[in-house]
Amino acid sequence: MTASIGRGLVLLSLLCATAGTVAAFAAFWKKRADLTTLAVRAAYGFSASMALANLWMVAALLRNDFSISYVAQVGSVSLPTWVKVVSLWSSLEGSILFWGGVLAIYIAIATRSLNAAHGWARPAAIGAWLACATFFGFLIAGPAQPFATVVDVPADGPGPNPLLQNHVLMAIHPPFLYGGYVGMTIPFGLALAALLSGGLSPTLLGTIRTSLLAPWTFLTCAVVLGGWWAYEVLGWGGYWAWDPVENASLLPWLTATAALHSAILTERRGVLKGWTMSLVIASFLLTILGTFMTRSGIFNSVHSFTQSSIGPTILVFLGIATLVSVLLLGFRVDLLKPDGELDRGASRDTAFLAQNLLFVLFTFTVLIGTVFPLIVEAVRNVQMSVGRPYFDRMTIPIGALLLFVMGVGPALPWGSTSREDLKRRLLPPLGLGTAALAVSLAFGVRSPWTLVTLFFAGYAAHVTIFEAFRPARNRMKFRKDGFFKAFSQDLFGPGLRRLAAYIAHAGAVTAFIAIAVSSTRATSVERSLKQGEEMTLGRYTLTFEGIESTEETNRTSLIARIGVRKDGTAVEPLRPMMNQYRSQRESIGTPAVRTGLVEDLYLSAMSIDPDGQTVGLLVLINPLVSWLWIATVVMAVGGLLALLSSGRVGRTIEAARDLQAEPVR
Amino acid sequence: MSSNDGRKRVALALGACALAGALLYFVVGGIGNNLVYYWGPTEVLAAGPKAQGASIRLGGLVEKGSIVKGQGSNMSFTVTDGKKSLPVRCTSVPPQMFREGIGVVVEGTVAGDGVFESHRLMVSHGNEYRAPDDPASIDLKKLMDSTDGLTATGKQ
Repeated sequence: MTASIGRGLVLLSLLCATAGTVAAFAAFWKKRADLTTLAVRAAYGFSASMALANLWMVAALLRNDFSISYVAQVGSVSLPTWVKVVSLWSSLEGSILFWGGVLAIYIAIATRSLNAAHGWARPAAIGAWLACATFFGFLIAGPAQPFATVVDVPADGPGPNPLLQNHVLMAIHPPFLYGGYVGMTIPFGLALAALLSGGLSPTLLGTIRTSLLAPWTFLTCAVVLGGWWAYEVLGWGGYWAWDPVENASLLPWLTATAALHSAILTERRGVLKGWTMSLVIASFLLTILGTFMTRSGIFNSVHSFTQSSIGPTILVFLGIATLVSVLLLGFRVDLLKPDGELDRGASRDTAFLAQNLLFVLFTFTVLIGTVFPLIVEAVRNVQMSVGRPYFDRMTIPIGALLLFVMGVGPALPWGSTSREDLKRRLLPPLGLGTAALAVSLAFGVRSPWTLVTLFFAGYAAHVTIFEAFRPARNRMKFRKDGFFKAFSQDLFGPGLRRLAAYIAHAGAVTAFIAIAVSSTRATSVERSLKQGEEMTLGRYTLTFEGIESTEETNRTSLIARIGVRKDGTAVEPLRPMMNQYRSQRESIGTPAVRTGLVEDLYLSAMSIDPDGQTVGLLVLINPLVSWLWIATVVMAVGGLLALLSSGRVGRTIEAARDLQAEPVR
Repeated sequence: MSSNDGRKRVALALGACALAGALLYFVVGGIGNNLVYYWGPTEVLAAGPKAQGASIRLGGLVEKGSIVKGQGSNMSFTVTDGKKSLPVRCTSVPPQMFREGIGVVVEGTVAGDGVFESHRLMVSHGNEYRAPDDPASIDLKKLMDSTDGLTATGKQ
């Protein structure tokens, strides 16, 4: 009975989405406002019923209602409440239902934010969103049905995958990832609407930018949270392995970041409209490709194709979406006529172009490395993977160049300028760059790419800080305002968008430094320790003091207590664990990390002897890893502030147009 | 469209093609040199000297009675797929589950003396895959897959 209510809600949402798609496109072709109203109602109908279906599933998980197939598959009476709630997205069927739920929220908000100023792009966009909603409604109602009725209702279920139960990040990471992935549907729909209606008005462009910022912010967090989860749970000591699953989350982030930047050129110069739309569309298609790669089980086995129809269904959707996008771009992109032209030479325009090309290059490199093994396996039935050296070798130079552009770009003026002015702008930041280089040499950094990265990072840091405070400083200088008054005008005025961009850049520079140092300056050792035995790594002396064990509702854990002395002083002992989950064969380790601003001490128990005599330990000292987490928070704050400033975006665009009208110096 | 515009377009297209070609060359070259092969003992032995120095993920069962613990975390054992066997030298601390007869995946390469040298040892994970009692009936693909996601080939 409860299962059929869930099925009913899903079918209702599918019905709303289908009817809404038809109504919206009919409204667009026939230019009928009454049909637009109908489509808007259908959009809200989809959102409401899909959101309810999600709540219904959560309620079922909390009530241990094993008559619903998904609950019987991932639920368990013994689970803590938070695990029951997050079980919604712990397995394939539920995660697709959750996708529908997130899409429901996005479509409701986006539909509300469109108004008469968007013209006939409004029904076209709603139609595109609801077409995507129709697909996911179909996927949930058909191949991925989580609300199937279980005939022989079991007394208890197995609980979700223990690796996922192992850390609270499981509760946080997927919502961020879905917030990013699903949210790309909105700018995608708007871009299709721009192509369909054959025009990209400043209003529409502003909405695209705003709708891109929300998923971008989520995705920024999700990419790093994925790394953090790997760091805190998997126990191999690093946060990024160029794993297909990780790459899948990185790819749309790369194109979305490129799109956010090229949208600025489009806004200011009225150029690259088709290019910006292509990047927006690519971001969406890459999220679907990512879902196909990670959710269809293709990386577990190509042959699960025959067992599950979810993978092929997603692939068909990807094919249709790609075809529609390519056809629309091919036939209608010429309608998006440029209103201006790019400045050539050493100007910010050129820097933006370079940034875009580098991001696209980055995307291709990662995409090819990720998809290549799939193609080889499909064609020749040979299993292989592309090793980490490929990704490192290809992406490190591109990353360094990006950092260079992030330093030089904002220092350059819009439009051309004199040689003296260029020198005045470009030379001072060399100071901080050189200082960064000197400091890293003093700390014994010798790897050339790390040195290059740190030099560029110093340069970019100078430019970022200088530019972030430039308007405030000018006000202090010319109006004799105090610092707080001058700065608050940026924070609460139309200058917020500019400030937000530099906050995001500051986060990015920090991330570059953290990645460059942590990936090349880590030290590690693997040792078996007997009880009472000591070992030393860097400034740390570790002693294996003994084992403890704990019992929780869903697991028993063996814990190795490792005494830690740093420079001879005893600090808090670390407790790497080995967890045995009920109804799972294998035990799974949880590493213990002593987090610090300078370096992390990372202990991972690879094996714990049950009689407490020996422990196999992987010990790492990872420098500056915490700064990657901090950098991400800073970037996300930048994204949020930019989102906040988009309410003022109309004014910003007017200001930009005014600037453009000014004669070039 | 003036002929000047047309010429510009052709030049632009040629430039783009050249750039794409160069990119493809580097990317394909980069991939070719960094492939990790998923092989069983039979494939490794069939590859002969080609296997020396290549990045290989070797999968199979740990042969009964073959585990010899050395100093520290050094250890040697034999991996079999029921048809052929390959001796393995391993320097990483074995995971909790490691024992005779279990399905393992080791990462490394074949050394000059024909022994597989590994810096990374993984045991099959998850409930989907259980190692069979008879080594001949092992499904290598499933074994490899069962360690996927945990592989995190971070250390090279």
